[in-house]
Amino acid sequence: MAAPVGYLGEAAPLWWRERPSARTLRRDGRLWTAWTAAIAVPFFAAGSFLLWLEPLTFPVALGSFAHGWLIPELYARRGARSIVPIGSEGSASRRGASDGAERRALGLLGDLVGHEARELLTETGLVLERGRLGVWLVGEQGAIMVRPGGRRADCWCVRIAEPGSLPGGDRVAHLLLALREDEAGFATVANLAFSGATWRVRRRMQSRSRPALDAARALARGLSSGP
Amino acid sequence: MARLIRLDRSGHTTLAEWTADDAKMHEAAVEAFRRELDAGMVASVSYDDGTAEVVRELPADAELVVLRRPIAGG
Repeated sequence: MAAPVGYLGEAAPLWWRERPSARTLRRDGRLWTAWTAAIAVPFFAAGSFLLWLEPLTFPVALGSFAHGWLIPELYARRGARSIVPIGSEGSASRRGASDGAERRALGLLGDLVGHEARELLTETGLVLERGRLGVWLVGEQGAIMVRPGGRRADCWCVRIAEPGSLPGGDRVAHLLLALREDEAGFATVANLAFSGATWRVRRRMQSRSRPALDAARALARGLSSGP
Repeated sequence: MARLIRLDRSGHTTLAEWTADDAKMHEAAVEAFRRELDAGMVASVSYDDGTAEVVRELPADAELVVLRRPIAGG
């Protein structure tokens, strides 16, 4: 199936998926929050009811509260960890890509991004890219998009269809190029792993990569949300 | 000099180099370009403003054309 000019070819076979826009992302974010609440609230309600019924049931109530707290945390963890920064646990650079190949790949990736993004990449293993829908942080197997305003982040799982033994820098370059070619198409192909408060994602990121999220959030605060 | 490169396991490989006024070099680059597209690669031209564009024909005036593999949802 051929894609229209300017659209990502990989999105063309996914005809049933809506191309994301600021409006659909806001709607999906609200749905995600409602879904999370629908899962967590019953646990808090059940725990509170048990305490009201019999205070001695507090160990069981505590377990119920813990479930209600843990489930959204697990979603955030899955989202934050799925992107895989270069050099992190799970990175291709730790799984057999030769040092020479990794250096060449990082050199090219450095050429594709600006000076500031290059420094952040070296420090955090993630590429910061300003888009129309938000500010993106691109890793080897996914991307985090901080929405305009900086309060909400969406975590997307997306990868190279047949990665073989590509070095980590090349994996990020693949995703970065696809994102630049067609941002909405990129988000169409990617699977949403988490949508929620930026602080939730930050807490579950590796400490080395948190400055990248801080930088993305700072940049997103200056963006206005589109229609 | 313009370059056609492929992202691969070596980091990247330069497949062809050409200048706009050298028809022979450009022709060789076009041949290499078509071979890679037939093999399923996606060609991308990056611009100075940070955007990129998918191309199906090798632009003679591009500085850098990058061949990448398709992406998929994770």
